[in-house]
Amino acid sequence: MTQEAAARTGDIELRLFLEAMYSQYHYDFRGYSRASLKRRLALACQRLGCSTLSALQERLLHDDRILPQLLDYMTVQVSDMFRDPAYFRALRQHIIPHLKTYPSLKVWVAGCSSGEELYSLAILFREEGLEEKTMFYATDVNGNALARAEAGVYALERVALFTKNHRLSGGSGSLSDYYHAAYGAARFDQTLRRRTVFSDHSLASDSVFGEMHLISCRNVLIYFDRPLQDTAVGLFRDALVRKGFLGMGARETLRFNAHAKAFTEILPQERIYQKRGETEDPCAR
Amino acid sequence: MRTVTSIRHIEAVVIGASTGAIAALSQLLPPLPQDFPLAILVAVHVPADQPHSIASLLQAKCRVRVKEAEDKEPAHSGTVYFAPPDYHLLVEDDRRLSLSNEEPVNYSRPSIDVLLESAADVYRDSLLAVILTGANHDGAQGARAVGRAGGTVLVQHPHSATARMMPDAALAACPTAEPMSLADLTDLFLSRGRGLLCRP
Repeated sequence: MTQEAAARTGDIELRLFLEAMYSQYHYDFRGYSRASLKRRLALACQRLGCSTLSALQERLLHDDRILPQLLDYMTVQVSDMFRDPAYFRALRQHIIPHLKTYPSLKVWVAGCSSGEELYSLAILFREEGLEEKTMFYATDVNGNALARAEAGVYALERVALFTKNHRLSGGSGSLSDYYHAAYGAARFDQTLRRRTVFSDHSLASDSVFGEMHLISCRNVLIYFDRPLQDTAVGLFRDALVRKGFLGMGARETLRFNAHAKAFTEILPQERIYQKRGETEDPCAR
Repeated sequence: MRTVTSIRHIEAVVIGASTGAIAALSQLLPPLPQDFPLAILVAVHVPADQPHSIASLLQAKCRVRVKEAEDKEPAHSGTVYFAPPDYHLLVEDDRRLSLSNEEPVNYSRPSIDVLLESAADVYRDSLLAVILTGANHDGAQGARAVGRAGGTVLVQHPHSATARMMPDAALAACPTAEPMSLADLTDLFLSRGRGLLCRP
């Protein structure tokens, strides 16, 4: 088979595999960015001993025990606490003062993976005195990742970086106040997630959560193709209150998104957007 | 052996470099005219916490536009897109750029292999890949993928590179790869290159 034909076959296999996963398990990866997904599925094939994606599809259809493992390959779970400290510093300095004017708050960490972003925000909100009036919603499509997020246990060797990031983000206390170390792991204070609802949710196929004041969805949309990015940002627009905030990853932008006009770029450097009001009434919140 | 004159229908250029990258790119990119007819995608290994990005450093010296790639940005001609520190850079079928945070490859993020393999997949035989100086093997698998897809691979002469391991590895991994001096590469991109690199 020529290289050209093999590439075409690979594309067909990928399309069929994603259809199979959706038809049988309702996990919808059909709108994921192909370039990165291809790499991760190639890795899954290699590690799971399948010579082709078609072979992996056969296993997927006939053995559901492989599904959680596959989801770990297909979703990217790389994050650090207080990743991009400038983002958290900007939240502290510019967004928290707005949020303080509300009687109660809802924060959605969309695509929370193993929870680093959630605990970062929970710590920040505690430090800023907002924890008691805030509900957090942490969602992901990957059930394994959600379980890890709920546990809040991270390898101890990662904590040095978390600590440095926390300090650079303008953290008032010491990060060590929020975890205890044992057996090579740092277990984060379970009271930090007292006000968090963990939920299995797909930005590709599930509907909207209501009345959010802040949505933090960083380095999640980069794995989506443009139509799915449009869908997800449309979901965020509908989920946010008027003048609610959307935080994105350091290299993500709404510039190429169909819903860009629904937001103002309030802190462009830190990729923090604000949903426009229906009318731009300066007195409105 | 493939010769430079056989380059046809090039749609994009990808460049990978590591140790010595800034000096090599400072020689290669500044002569390019503002209306250079191709998009150039670059993955280099630099520490993530550098205060000044390599893109802004080079923009000051170049006439072509130089920037860090943003997610789902279309790849335009006359523009050099750098993989941002701590992200892989990939190309989608619709010629838009994608970023990814997935695991480092060859201990590197961005990884040159990731960029080259994804670009090879999309541009196939209309891709020109250039491997410059570097002290590791990143880029070798990518160069092989570009070669196998029918693309052209040019490699900085190992003896003229600040670090020769990366060029050596690329030449070993890709049988069709051709070594070339930086001056010849510049020349190819410019005078002789103009006609050859333009789409017919």
